[in-house]
Amino acid sequence: MTACFIKGVGIAAPGLAGFHASLEILRGVAPYLANAETPYAPALLPPNERRRATAPVRQAFRAAEDAVNGSGADARELASVFASSDADMTVLHRICAALAQTPRVISPTDFHNSVHNAASGYWSIAVQSMAVTTTLSAYDASFAIGLIEAAALVDDRRDVLLVAYDTTAPQPLLTKRPLAVSASVALILSAQAGAAALGRIAVSASDHPETSCANPSLEGLRVGNPALRALPLFELLAAQRAGTIALRSTGEPRIAVSFTP
Amino acid sequence: MKPLAITSYTVTSALGAGRAAHVSALRAERTGLTEQRFEDSTLACWIGAVAGVEACALPRDLAPFDCRNNRLAELALTQDGFIEAVAAARAKYGARRIGVFIGTSTSGVRQTELAYRERAAAASDNLPDWFDYRTTQCTYSIAQYTQARLGLTGVASAISAACASSAKVFASAARSVEAGFCDAALVGGVDSLCLTTLHGFNALQLVSPEICRPADAQRKGLSIGEAGGFALLERASASGAVACLGVGESSDAHHMSQPRPDGSVAKLAMAGALGRLPPERVSYINLHGTATPANDAAEDAAVSGLFGARVPCSSTKGWTGHTLGAAGIVEAALSLLTIEQGFMPRSLNTRELDPRIHATVLLEARAGQVEYVLSNSFGFGGTNCSVLFGPAP
Repeated sequence: MTACFIKGVGIAAPGLAGFHASLEILRGVAPYLANAETPYAPALLPPNERRRATAPVRQAFRAAEDAVNGSGADARELASVFASSDADMTVLHRICAALAQTPRVISPTDFHNSVHNAASGYWSIAVQSMAVTTTLSAYDASFAIGLIEAAALVDDRRDVLLVAYDTTAPQPLLTKRPLAVSASVALILSAQAGAAALGRIAVSASDHPETSCANPSLEGLRVGNPALRALPLFELLAAQRAGTIALRSTGEPRIAVSFTP
Repeated sequence: MKPLAITSYTVTSALGAGRAAHVSALRAERTGLTEQRFEDSTLACWIGAVAGVEACALPRDLAPFDCRNNRLAELALTQDGFIEAVAAARAKYGARRIGVFIGTSTSGVRQTELAYRERAAAASDNLPDWFDYRTTQCTYSIAQYTQARLGLTGVASAISAACASSAKVFASAARSVEAGFCDAALVGGVDSLCLTTLHGFNALQLVSPEICRPADAQRKGLSIGEAGGFALLERASASGAVACLGVGESSDAHHMSQPRPDGSVAKLAMAGALGRLPPERVSYINLHGTATPANDAAEDAAVSGLFGARVPCSSTKGWTGHTLGAAGIVEAALSLLTIEQGFMPRSLNTRELDPRIHATVLLEARAGQVEYVLSNSFGFGGTNCSVLFGPAP
């Protein structure tokens, strides 16, 4: 469907440590402070997987856990969409550097972590979910395309967790893909309103120009990570203010997201 | 799901470029696998390389996308009148209203490997200037290339769920059409040979030193291949048109690189694809059948659990190799060819069937009417996807 209810929201970025903790910043009533990330360990991962989980997997989990915890949703029952432009550029760097040496020795753990759907795999193991999960990339439009994928996956029988995440690369890849920060956002979408719903969104094609953030610090974050293209929508969610934002997409039309509290 | 008619499709693999090359190789029982080293690989094994991919040139305006994976896409797109079919659909629906859903596991990583090799040789800190991350390495590159090449301007997505990627494109496309985000869908998958997958699967001890032998008692692992394939999906209007009828997806929730041994969750994906179709109506199953000991055993548990030994099945990995993120679309195309040709390929290179396998694995090709075909694809991360093809109701 192209319209659905929002049951949970999560965010993890420098200075935005969880949706609840970020409400006043997103409403524009508290200043944004670019704090270093607070320490975090994925609570849901079994020890074996926690040891092997890479930075992008942890980044994805951080927003996903935030959305699930705030919503009361049963994570095991959620279908999921993981949207990431670049997945794991640290593992990519290690593998390509190793392949340029003699002899060529790749770590088997690096190889299985190199798949774009690593976060989705770890998530399904962590919450023991056998539900549908999809992983996609659409470069800087990954959040917009992830939202379309997730909205299309929602039906009367299943709520959907959308997680958008990207992490910074090590050099020399950073120069070629210069993301400013590591960040993730998550939404839980549902066909049912329910008591916990924060409101309703409708997604459609639009020719409106892309919406930016008025606060220059937040605007810097928005353009500094594909997941944070969600920030203008998150400002509406935090303020519980009706409105429409436009996201740059993969083609000519933008994607309009209309929010009604 | 509502059936989506397959109004055009094409496939390019080690068996050749285009559908006719695949039909003749399948009928002649000629594998595309060869015992050779890929470029400067130090690994001795069999690979499924596509002839002509290095020589394939991209259109000049898309030159920044130049890399092995996009060359393979270009070679595949230009077979079987596919570009002309998409142009006709573009005229009918409008460029904005045809969604693009392309599966890949490694996209243009070969380009990154070459950039790192040059960096090491030059003892430099930096990657060479010619290396363009966005248009080659980025997972989305293949979807962006395909969209631009076909003159489409709507929703585009690179689905990357390891070896199930280009089976899952059918699910994403169907949902997007159903939700109204597009009116028709271009689905496909492209994965090309690179050192990352050859040496990576080797690090997991999954690459066979000999040609892969799916379902064989002596199977030693997979042979890696490269391939590209595409299909145009439109809402089915005519009864009997060959269509994608269902897609089932599930997650093993078991291990990152090992299937759940009892196949119980993969079975859910197969059942999901069948929907209300009774299992005995399925004429043929194209297995994932990678020829690794674990995959073939777990898949057999799932297939024989749902179908017993009633439905003939085979893996076509012995012909093409495991084409990873392209396997879903390659095997979708081969499934459609079995329907068209009334011909079920045998499990090539299988000499002695593993006695622990209970499904009816074809050791000889079989002719006969093929009505409904199920195609299985499974991937790292425990992702399972099955797609059902057959006549639209």
